[in-house]
Amino acid sequence: MQVEVRIKLKDEVLDPQGEAIRRVLAGLAYGEVEKVRVGKLMLLEVGGDDEARVRARVEEACREVLANTVIEEFEVRL
Amino acid sequence: MRRQGTGERGPATGNGKDCKGDTPPGEWGQVPTPRIAGPAVRRRKRVAVVVFPGSNCDRDAMAAVDAVGGEAVAVWHRDTDLAGCGAVILPGGFSYGDYLRSGAMAAHSPVMAAVRAHAAAGGAVLGICNGFQTLLEIGLLPGAMLMNRTLRFICREVGLRVERDDLPLLQHLRNGQVLRLPIAHKDGNWFAAPEAVAAVEASGAVAFRYCAPDGSLDAASNPNGSLNSIAGLVNAAGNVLGLMPHPERRVHPLLGGEDGSALFRAVVEAA
Repeated sequence: MQVEVRIKLKDEVLDPQGEAIRRVLAGLAYGEVEKVRVGKLMLLEVGGDDEARVRARVEEACREVLANTVIEEFEVRL
Repeated sequence: MRRQGTGERGPATGNGKDCKGDTPPGEWGQVPTPRIAGPAVRRRKRVAVVVFPGSNCDRDAMAAVDAVGGEAVAVWHRDTDLAGCGAVILPGGFSYGDYLRSGAMAAHSPVMAAVRAHAAAGGAVLGICNGFQTLLEIGLLPGAMLMNRTLRFICREVGLRVERDDLPLLQHLRNGQVLRLPIAHKDGNWFAAPEAVAAVEASGAVAFRYCAPDGSLDAASNPNGSLNSIAGLVNAAGNVLGLMPHPERRVHPLLGGEDGSALFRAVVEAA
């Protein structure tokens, strides 16, 4: 099944890249954009049809390698 | 320097002073004699330099080890042992193209199990730049690297203040000494949660900070936005050291200075 993994910097972590994008948007007359946070989206094809098990395995992979939980948080969507 | 598994080293090509603590000059008489390994000759201490795909400071680190009298051994990231070396260096570069996060792929290379075991047994580990990032990724040192606050790759010389000199790996430095070393990175903005930062400071884990030429700390001398100007960390046991600047690029006057030699001498001595 296809699994979506969204990884983003934790709210308390500065995101200079997002801030730079916000400034560019403001310069292009999108001043109403007040905040930009940049993250990663990964699409995984995972074998098996036990949703609970697939979710548990992908979350384990997130903690082990896909995300760095010092600075990032992740969300797994089936 | 040599590659693992290439057999014994050939005749010495050194300059006669390459081996502090090794064969004293004159032991072989006045005739220049190729050094032959034998019971009377202590081997030079061997230091493993791990080579990942994308490492680009591995040869520099090996040359630095050799320059201070050690014997650098290149260990491929797929190897599962450290070739009998007593110390290990994770060199700078862009392992695996910095895919996912800097050092994240390298952290899961086969050789890292041996590096972890070596560190757990008290063996010396020096991580430089990408090697430091890798040590953070495997949790041997605390925190994580964010992109530089300027969003740019920065390649220039920085001031570096020594914060610890009571550990074997830092024994040739003194507290408050200001080193001049180059940095070359885009992800060197050290970060940790406030309580983790407090723990790092309280435990004396900070080995180096970016500083002004007089040793003072300010925002202008912090090139990448690292919290508390942190440029290098050491673990609680004192045997695992990581830093973003490149000491291997300052081991000879012709390279612009020798401020980096002290670290390599300590690593060789710890091997």
